[in-house]
Amino acid sequence: MRQISYRQALQEALREEMQRDDSVFLLGEDIAEFGGSYKVTAGLLEEFGPERVRNTPISEAAIVGAALGASLVGMRPVAELMYVDFSAIAMDQIVNQVAKVRYMFGGKAKASLVIRTQGGAGRSSAAQHAQSLEAWFVHIPGLKVVQPSTPYDAKGLLKAAIRDDNPVMFLEHKLLYPVQGPVPEGEYLIPLGQADVKRPGSDITVVATSRMVHRALAAAETLAPEGIDVEVIDPRTLNPLDEETILASVRKTQHLVVVYEAYERCGIGAEIAALVANQAIDFLDAPIERVAALNTPVPFNPKLENYVIPNEERIIAGIKRVLGITDSADA
Amino acid sequence: MLAIDQATLHKLYHTMVRIRLFEQRIMELFQQGRLPGFLHVSIGQEAVPTGVCAHLRSNDYISSTHRGHGDVIAKGARLDRMMAELYGKKTGYCKGKGGSMHIADLELGILGANGIVGAGIPIATGTALAFKMRRTDQVAVCFFGDGGANTGAFHEGLNLASVWNLPVVFVCQNNQYAESTPQRVHQKIKDIAVRAMAYDIPGETVDGMDVLEVYRVAGDAVARARAGGGPTLVECKTYRFYGHYVGDPGTAYRRPEEVEEWKQRDPIATFARRLLAEGVTTAAELKAIEEAVQQELEAAIRFAETSPEPDLEDALQDIYAS
Repeated sequence: MRQISYRQALQEALREEMQRDDSVFLLGEDIAEFGGSYKVTAGLLEEFGPERVRNTPISEAAIVGAALGASLVGMRPVAELMYVDFSAIAMDQIVNQVAKVRYMFGGKAKASLVIRTQGGAGRSSAAQHAQSLEAWFVHIPGLKVVQPSTPYDAKGLLKAAIRDDNPVMFLEHKLLYPVQGPVPEGEYLIPLGQADVKRPGSDITVVATSRMVHRALAAAETLAPEGIDVEVIDPRTLNPLDEETILASVRKTQHLVVVYEAYERCGIGAEIAALVANQAIDFLDAPIERVAALNTPVPFNPKLENYVIPNEERIIAGIKRVLGITDSADA
Repeated sequence: MLAIDQATLHKLYHTMVRIRLFEQRIMELFQQGRLPGFLHVSIGQEAVPTGVCAHLRSNDYISSTHRGHGDVIAKGARLDRMMAELYGKKTGYCKGKGGSMHIADLELGILGANGIVGAGIPIATGTALAFKMRRTDQVAVCFFGDGGANTGAFHEGLNLASVWNLPVVFVCQNNQYAESTPQRVHQKIKDIAVRAMAYDIPGETVDGMDVLEVYRVAGDAVARARAGGGPTLVECKTYRFYGHYVGDPGTAYRRPEEVEEWKQRDPIATFARRLLAEGVTTAAELKAIEEAVQQELEAAIRFAETSPEPDLEDALQDIYAS
């Protein structure tokens, strides 16, 4: 199968959906000639023209609000927020308008928009450009939240998100854009709300999101020769969460670690831990561990940044703690 | 005024009376404890949505505010389904799940009343964007207040609408107060319409107590938008005769003399006097209009009171589209 980058996979998804449905259009900062600050929309202006690939002013509230207003009369906009950190400026529109309009109007409104954005640390982009804020959106009823980790998932989920009549927060990771992975030619969609077992295993369940899926898989490969068989589950969609895949895995392995790049406190891992503790407590042989970013703004210095966000070493330490493995080599 | 046909003049009067009597009646019902939540009535401001919406087709759209009953009635909402919504009943426009501040009907071109000040501005801008992209000659009208004109959403929305030349009319219902804060305290400018210059769009300040003035200026703005001429900022100077919400006497921040002065300019009474003076209508005709509205209102209340409450399970419906 061909290997393409996460960035290219997203671009293909946008191109295909725009070819298929002329109510799909793009709006965001610098997405036209510049192709987007992470180059996801490169080439789309040339193909679809300035009516459908619209550069906006620096106006996150208007970007989201206008996308909502257009969707309420039948369009399917894909708005880009350059950094998830900037979603703070648009939070009224996202939380109080987009998420709630269907419910408040008794089911008649269709907020058929996708908000694409990216987050994550690892390039010294520092505190205001490196966050993982998915928990904010998962908390709000009415928003679907997707966080793809691979090119294959990114393409299939973005196509599905665009066709979904619900508002979808589509959270990419800045360090995943160049990452290559197998993506079939031809049309496919991945349903929202469906997790993926990225690596089957029998000793412990590691639920990981976004870039942390790759770190969890690396940890699993490191531990395999030690006889520790790690099952890595990627929820892919955070809301609606595929609870059953996670619970089935925990029933099998009896151990759970959740790995996520957001600040540990009240992150998505807290929700997953509560779910499992509530519904599978009899299956757990050990407490649940969260491996997440420290509760601090992301520092600029690369060593400090690496210290703060979860890395393979911390994931391995978490897995061993949960399995009750003390190993003097890992002191 | 006589350039306007009689049917339109009657309709303008009828709409203002429907708004006024609806708002007065729900104030009474609220004070009797029959309506949950809180209400923000627009008594005194009727001329603004009336004069503007008279130019709108059913497939033009409006966005409104927390004080949106008048806007929504002027756009064609039914009193019975509005009343049912205020009662929280299943037969309300929002199945009882939205309430006063979120009344909406997309089929009537109503993007909703909105509980967040200024939030309707970017939304109406986006609806206008869709009209332009689809090359229809539909228009979006956005209602907001003097308070809303200070929000970031106002700036972002008007800037976007102006640079993309969108078919949207921004109507500022300047009732001189943002909740309890007088205009002179919350902004340095006197006429909000001057902000149009910041976006290089036309701006007009209008006497919002004169329905024919509102009608005239709104007509130009709507026609401009429809013809592809882009947005206009229309500021209507008006006044709410009651407090910010039902239960707020308003006396903490407004002098009774000031309220009295504005009441002397009641848009409905002054329009009625003009219609009578110009021989366009008779006192009997005006009374007949009022009585018809009263009957419509009483039927609306009966409808609301006899309608079922939503089932508890309805709380979990309509969060997502399936």
